[in-house]
Amino acid sequence: MPESAGASEKRVAIEARGIVKTFGQGANALRALDNVSIVIRENEFFTLLGPSGCGKTTLLRLIAGFEYPTEGAILLYGEDIAGLPPFKRPVNTVFQSYALFPHLTVAENVAFGLQMLGRSKAEIDARVSEVLALVRMQELAARRTDQISGGQAQRVALARALAPSPKVLLLDEPLSALDYKLRKEMQIELKRMQAETGITFVFVTHDQEEALTMSDRIAVMSKGRVLQIGSPWDIYDKPADRFVADFIGETNFLSAIVLGVADGVAKVRLTSGAEISATLAEGGVAEGEATVVVRPEHARAVKDGGQIAGVVENVVYFGTDTHIHVRLDDGEMFIVRQQNSRTQSCGFEVGDRAGVEIDADAAQVLKD
Amino acid sequence: MASAAEIASQARRTEVRDRWLLSAPALLIIFVAAIGPLFVMLAYSFMVKGDYGDVKFGQYSLDGWFSVFLQRDIFDDTLTFADAHLSIFWRSIKLSFLTTVSTLLLGFPTAYFIATRPRHTREIWVFLVTIPFWTNLLIRTFAMQQVIRNEGIVNSLLRWVGVIDEPLQIMHTDWAILFGMVYVYLPLMVLPLYASMEKLDFRLVEAGYDLYAGRLQVLRRIIIPLVSPGIIAGSILVFIPSLGAYVIPRVLGGGKNMMLGNLIELQFGAGRNWPLGAALSITLMVLVMVALLFYVRNASRSGATHG
Amino acid sequence: MARRHFEIRTQPGFGLVALFTFAILYLPIAVLVVYAFNASESVTVWGGFSVKWFAEAWNNSAVQDAAWRSLVIAVFAAVIATFAATMAAIATTRTAPYPGQGFQYAFINQPLMVPEIVTAVALLIVFSRLKVWTGYSGLGWLILAHTAFCIPFAYLPIRARLEGMDLTLERAAADLYATPWQAFRRVTLPLLRPGIIAGFMLAFVISLDDVVITEFVKSGGQDTLPTYMLGQIRRTVTPEVNAIATAFLALSIILVTGFFLINRRKT
Repeated sequence: MPESAGASEKRVAIEARGIVKTFGQGANALRALDNVSIVIRENEFFTLLGPSGCGKTTLLRLIAGFEYPTEGAILLYGEDIAGLPPFKRPVNTVFQSYALFPHLTVAENVAFGLQMLGRSKAEIDARVSEVLALVRMQELAARRTDQISGGQAQRVALARALAPSPKVLLLDEPLSALDYKLRKEMQIELKRMQAETGITFVFVTHDQEEALTMSDRIAVMSKGRVLQIGSPWDIYDKPADRFVADFIGETNFLSAIVLGVADGVAKVRLTSGAEISATLAEGGVAEGEATVVVRPEHARAVKDGGQIAGVVENVVYFGTDTHIHVRLDDGEMFIVRQQNSRTQSCGFEVGDRAGVEIDADAAQVLKD
Repeated sequence: MASAAEIASQARRTEVRDRWLLSAPALLIIFVAAIGPLFVMLAYSFMVKGDYGDVKFGQYSLDGWFSVFLQRDIFDDTLTFADAHLSIFWRSIKLSFLTTVSTLLLGFPTAYFIATRPRHTREIWVFLVTIPFWTNLLIRTFAMQQVIRNEGIVNSLLRWVGVIDEPLQIMHTDWAILFGMVYVYLPLMVLPLYASMEKLDFRLVEAGYDLYAGRLQVLRRIIIPLVSPGIIAGSILVFIPSLGAYVIPRVLGGGKNMMLGNLIELQFGAGRNWPLGAALSITLMVLVMVALLFYVRNASRSGATHG
Repeated sequence: MARRHFEIRTQPGFGLVALFTFAILYLPIAVLVVYAFNASESVTVWGGFSVKWFAEAWNNSAVQDAAWRSLVIAVFAAVIATFAATMAAIATTRTAPYPGQGFQYAFINQPLMVPEIVTAVALLIVFSRLKVWTGYSGLGWLILAHTAFCIPFAYLPIRARLEGMDLTLERAAADLYATPWQAFRRVTLPLLRPGIIAGFMLAFVISLDDVVITEFVKSGGQDTLPTYMLGQIRRTVTPEVNAIATAFLALSIILVTGFFLINRRKT
């Protein structure tokens, strides 16, 4: 776990303490954020990940100052910024819609923040061309913002937010409007810029793949709560609860009984009677009934043997690999992902009997 | 340090206060020079009329309201219906209704015609409707007067063709008022009709023809129901100003063919009966409100089915 | 015989009715304009082409006064109404509903709901008394009355423009260290400008065109161009009135065309 070890030594850039945000009043009140606490460290690429309506954008807007929390406090480098209006907060936002000023040119958009801060003309000019160079938009500096493409607008929005050298950059699903290829390019670009500028990035997305590729740490959110915070590796391989396991990637859920725990590793018995070892989620159950998750790529379909078994119900070909859907004897569905070879089929057809062999250390016991 | 909740509610209170302050000048001006005077007028309708116009301030009476529909015989004090007033009410409602129907009959095909033009020429047609709309009402009434009077172009044309020997007396008749109102209010019918026809999905018309409807059936069963919000809006936009028309009947109707607006003016002028004028004004306002309520009810209903 | 294929969009006869409608809309105006150039004394007999009635009107001091008064009232009323309407439009849009918002909206649009003649006599009642009490009977009363009924007209396009405007733009400005006033000056106002110009022009035309309210509010000797014309129409009509009307018409068309072009550039 190299990231978390390194990150803990750095200063705290943003801390959200027990944030509650409700919209509306009385019976119609909507709890958008429910006791959210998060610590974001300096220089980190931190992602808020979750489905739409989970509260991730609300949290971002609270940090930017466009909304006020109902309860709780937000600290920027240890200082409570509750009373500061957005124009006094040293954070800048890249808006989902970009929000480029349509009556200003690209360069004027980028210069706006510096002008508002009262910087000298010479300083502004220098900084604008520097930032435009960073996003590779120098050539289009004089263009009107309605004369540039979506990808270019994205870069301008980024340049505009970076120009005043904010302590923290907030990015609200900045890539969602771009097509797939452009999005992939921009993901790499954003990583590069974060490394070059050393600014703390708080990134909001609903795209789990995007979150996994870009982030140092991820907070998975659902229904206004933070479910798990950790490195991409933690989140993917050691999901703490059912929602996280389900939301990030594909996974299989197996009911099991925990027999005992030793050195943080649990011994569990599956419904087939087979006993396997599984890692325990932090604060997870140590006794009795539990759910165990296994990623499809961490299991193999075999003709004979395996800890569990069933009948092949579907074989789905994906090019790089094949998904074999096995209806287990206890009625549950288990999906196995197998890499394809050029010369051979996967060896199973619908109706075949198949065993499932789970890799050692592949199983994780969920919290609930 | 204030708590998060206090800061949030304080911010909201400040915002609401600022918004009230921002709209205050507009509200004040409208109160002083539009809404406030209406309330004063309401009070005036319950006062005793002054001998030379105005009212006897502070002396109250229901005479003004009485006189709207009734009149007291000077000799034996018996109450009878005020026939003159009733006929003016009737003329106002009748002419407004006829104006609405006529503008609808002319405006519907016109709006449909515009809506089916190619996109780039449509704007020009709409513009052609807008120009008369923004031309001074008095000028248009005056123009109509020149067209329909005895020596005007209509009579000259008819005489030249030989249809008539003597000029048709159109001026100073109800016809003159009707022609004037149709001409003046036609754009008010075409514009909302066009607005809803522009949104008409012609795939629905195609579906109608596909299902064996003929042209008339498509018009009656598909197009008209779909553009009914425009029909209602246009009708109300024509009916309401027609009801309150003042300039058109004054210029085209002559002294005898009064509408409600002219009857009201008369009370503040030669009639010297301000309480009656005030009561008539409020009656007119109520008529307009009834028409508006009818519109709101129908608009929300058609909005529910087509929106 | 060539067979015409079935036109989905056509309804028989509608084109003819439409042409008839446009003829109705433009024929009277055309007649009015043509007779403005009549050399003859009367409006009934065509006596050859002449611009003498324009010259006559131009040199008529009553017309000059009325035109000047119309212009003064329209400029003041439109400017004040546009200011008030802009502020009110900003106050009533783009926020979570707040207590009194609907009331403000209804209040501002109220002058559109009441027949002009009713407002006119109500103003007569109140202003005639106020004129006596204050001893002031200048143009101020007319400007005040005009401002009130111009506000809803100025308010409509400004409000429409504001509602179509992206709220995140001002947030972005605030995010980039602009104070609320700076954000308004540098972002909101420039983007709002077409709406404000449209609102001003509407208010200006509406004020310029008004007959009824002016007729009832004006004191003696305060004729505007429309009330002057109204007085003239009742008397014997010479082509001078046609000339005034034609000039007035030209001004309206220029304003409306300008309005049309501004709206077109926006889309």
